[in-house]
Amino acid sequence: MKHIAIIGNGISGITAARHIRKWSDHKITVISAESEYFFSRTALMYVYMGHQKFEHTQPYENWFWEKNRIELKKGYVSKVVPKENKLVFSDHSTLNYDELIIASGSKPNKFGWPGQDLERVQGLYSKQDLELLETNAPNNKLCKRAIIVGGGLIGIELAEMLRTRDIPVTFLVREDSFWNNVLPDDESETINKHIRKHHVDLRLSTELKEIKADENGRARAVITSEDEEIPCDFVGLTAGVSPNIDFLKNSGIELGKGVKVNRYLETNIPGIYAIGDCAEQTEPTGLRRPVEAVWYTGRMMGETVAQTLCGNKMAYQPGHWFNSAKFFDIEYQTYGWVWPKPKDDELHFYWEHSTEEKCIRIAYHKNSRAILGINSLGIRICHEVIDRWLSEEKSIDFVIENFHQANFDPEFYKQHHKAIKNSYKQPLQTV
Amino acid sequence: MNTSIQHNMSLSGEPPVALSTWQKIGVLVGMFGLGILLLAIFNVNFPNKTLWLTVSLISITLGISLFSYGLYTSQPAGIKNDGVWLKPMTSKGLIAWITGIAITGFYIVLYFYPQYLGLNTDKNTGLVALFDPLSRFLNGNPASQWFVYGTLYTVAILAFGIKFLWKYRNNRYEVLRTFSVMFFQLSFAFIIPELMARMNSDSFSLPYYDLKNIWPLNYYNFDQYRVDDFISSGNIGIALLIFGVASILIITPILTYKYGKRWYCSWVCGCGGLAETAGDPFRHLSDKRLSAWKLERWMVHIVLVFSVLMTTAVVHSYLSYDADKYWLNKDTFLIGVAVLIGLLFAVIWIFKRHELEKDARYGAIGFTAIILGLISIHYFSGNNIFIFGPETLRSTYAFLIGSIFAGVVGTGFYPIFGSRVWCRFGCPMAAILGLQQRLFSKFRITTNGGQCISCGNCSTYCEMGIDVRAYAQRGENIVRASCVGCGICSAVCPRGVLKLENGPQKGRINTKEVLLGNDVDLLSLSSSSDTEK
Ligand SMILES: Cc1cc2nc3c(=O)[nH]c(=O)nc-3n(C[C@H](O)[C@H](O)[C@H](O)COP(=O)(O)OP(=O)(O)OC[C@H]3O[C@@H](n4cnc5c(N)ncnc54)[C@H](O)[C@@H]3O)c2cc1C
Ligand code: SF4
Ligand code: SF4
Repeated sequence: MKHIAIIGNGISGITAARHIRKWSDHKITVISAESEYFFSRTALMYVYMGHQKFEHTQPYENWFWEKNRIELKKGYVSKVVPKENKLVFSDHSTLNYDELIIASGSKPNKFGWPGQDLERVQGLYSKQDLELLETNAPNNKLCKRAIIVGGGLIGIELAEMLRTRDIPVTFLVREDSFWNNVLPDDESETINKHIRKHHVDLRLSTELKEIKADENGRARAVITSEDEEIPCDFVGLTAGVSPNIDFLKNSGIELGKGVKVNRYLETNIPGIYAIGDCAEQTEPTGLRRPVEAVWYTGRMMGETVAQTLCGNKMAYQPGHWFNSAKFFDIEYQTYGWVWPKPKDDELHFYWEHSTEEKCIRIAYHKNSRAILGINSLGIRICHEVIDRWLSEEKSIDFVIENFHQANFDPEFYKQHHKAIKNSYKQPLQTV
Repeated sequence: MNTSIQHNMSLSGEPPVALSTWQKIGVLVGMFGLGILLLAIFNVNFPNKTLWLTVSLISITLGISLFSYGLYTSQPAGIKNDGVWLKPMTSKGLIAWITGIAITGFYIVLYFYPQYLGLNTDKNTGLVALFDPLSRFLNGNPASQWFVYGTLYTVAILAFGIKFLWKYRNNRYEVLRTFSVMFFQLSFAFIIPELMARMNSDSFSLPYYDLKNIWPLNYYNFDQYRVDDFISSGNIGIALLIFGVASILIITPILTYKYGKRWYCSWVCGCGGLAETAGDPFRHLSDKRLSAWKLERWMVHIVLVFSVLMTTAVVHSYLSYDADKYWLNKDTFLIGVAVLIGLLFAVIWIFKRHELEKDARYGAIGFTAIILGLISIHYFSGNNIFIFGPETLRSTYAFLIGSIFAGVVGTGFYPIFGSRVWCRFGCPMAAILGLQQRLFSKFRITTNGGQCISCGNCSTYCEMGIDVRAYAQRGENIVRASCVGCGICSAVCPRGVLKLENGPQKGRINTKEVLLGNDVDLLSLSSSSDTEK
């Protein structure tokens, strides 16, 4: 029986723990400084919005951990000492392990903006950030205007959150259209409009230059790259995240942007693994990026590393890329690779509903016509079907013809495959 | 700068409270309508009752409609759960308790002290009297407290149904389902039975019959007075009696096989109808703990056993007193019931034993043993009476289950325990349908590959307290006896993970070790100790 210590009780650390327990009798300790029990970070927004209480974000009841002999330790690991197989906590206590999994997640980016550490300036990542937000922006009397900096997924979530309390929001986005480093122009434009429909003051091609303080050291206004001063009571910094690895400096574990791992999720030190947001793949699979900070990849790495630790050494082999999000009321799903602009040997087929905020985009190979990926807004797509079609390299013609099989909308929803088929037959629609 | 600003340090959250103009008008109009009813309760004798009742009911409906119009149509269509856990009314605050106690009080008066509502043997007064004209118009008789209740119940489903329609206007499943419960309540539960009562005369008397109210929910359907009425009303009566038996033995199994119990519980049933409309703001209050699920399984099946025994005893007690009227005699009836239950049990045991969890297996054996035991003791002892007399059983059931559980607790406590307490813990009809849904049905909720982010919205908003996320995050289908197919889990899921479906039996119940998206070649270790519940 080994003692496996896991730093981080997020989705990756907890998935690893659950699977290790499933397949072995090893002693497991999961460490976190953030929360007693595992909660779903993706659901933080719903707590502020009043859809859920914090306890609802915890996927397992509190008795689950003891029953499954997963020890939980609350504490901050300030140092890892690989030579002695030892963790040192901020209170100087220590813990010995036989094998170590680092699953320490991410932290919000700050780019050295003047005023970024003022009061009422914050990111949105942790449970503590949520509590802080409740103090910083409880209602629209104390927070007469909020500025959000950074047009990614967390930024738009924060905008949605603040709008549920009728707090006026100005949303500074560096790109000339929302998230268009990921979304193609049409989808991005649909979201721009939708954001504005929710009464958010969306400022495209606008960056933050400086945050001004009042005499109490609180944010009072921001200066944008256009040199405009916008008064505010709150600034949300949501310009992406990066691996949370500062505590590993000088530990001897090789670091880059994140903790460097090979295909087996092993670091340079035997017996130490890294998974989830904090891991940086030295040999990323296919077109994937070295650091993938999404829920699903964290979970998959957890599943994989558990196999290795239970004696079934296994490489991390994620299948087809998939992801999803919700922009206010619009659901977004993506499978495979759809780039914002088709690459040289690619074509895109795009269909959009004439009145509703719904669209489909299918990327396919110019010559072989095999599909490469699919985006959808407002239409639910069946993961299993698309995953199979991608593996079987089905042609765009086949996919359009059989599109109804891939629909995952609730019963009685209006079906659009006929309209999609018709528009496919008009060659002009292909961009 | 203003330094006196006090930031609220509590984590309670503060949703915006301002009402729009439409909402304010809605509140005014609705309160006006309600006020008329209140005045009537306090014995204000309205001169033109037809007029005042009409004004009152229309005002209430209009008030609720205007309020929800103002609430929902000012925003784009979508999920409207902002502030649900922050507002006292929907998060068990003081006002929720007051409302709960008020509704409970109303039920207690309704069931046990109808005289305070103005029910009199000679001439009605107060609230009941206000409803006399409508009652006369529909069925020809003065109103009873049940007529008042039925009318208000229908108004509640219609008015809050309109609210629900606006709230979920983006979701066609919800829209159609809500039209359906509104239709069945208005026609089957309210107008048709009243009109049927109108056909009655001295020689022809059909019992009050809401055709969609199926035994055992309608536990009194086979009481002697009703069966007598059915039989003495000629062909129509016999047809209705046969329909009553066929409802539970033939129609219900077929529809449940094809569509799951939702065809009844969230599309047709009146209890379900109220829960889905007036109860909707409280659906998230249901208890999601594993312990609640355990309690639910015991309670609902105990009620089922109780209702089967009670009905058997009651029917048995009047059979063969009148050999002309009832061709069935006491003995053949008991043997028939025993054979039917034995047969059902045998079928479950032979085909589905492996799908039941251990305690469910024990429960099934236990319950079957109890029923068969009691029937045989009775049969062999020649004693005319079940351990308790049939009348005692009947009245205890009516009091405990029919009144206290279904009404006082089930509806009165909406703002505290959520909207489906009765449906989940107490309804014997739900127990039967649930058993079938779990074991012999095409219905399931499918999960979309690996897309779940474990956010918990589905579990939170499941009125039946099903931990939907526990299945979704493992990529497993949800096949649960208690699921009423309301579709809200699927609606609120921000990642499009859940889909209610009728599909083939094969692969309906699936277990997954690793979700779609990860090419993992699993250990062939056999020691997989299942960690999850
Ligand atoms: C608001 C928000 C919304 C999101 N929505 C989505 C979404 O919709 N879909 C999606 O795919 N992804 C989403 N993400 C990203 C997703 O949540 C992350 O990719 C995922 O949670 C990462 O999981 P993890 O286990 O790697 O790390 P984390 O969840 O960050 O867990 C790491 C834990 O380790 C603890 N820790 C770190 N260092 C130490 C230390 N030295 N000592 C002790 N404890 C330590 C941290 O406190 C933390 O609790 C969202 C993220 C945020 C912030
Ligand atoms: S599981 Fe979903 S459909 Fe079933 S009762 Fe719960 S919320 Fe309704
Ligand atoms: S199924 Fe949907 S609502 Fe439920 S936990 Fe998963 S993502 Fe959230």
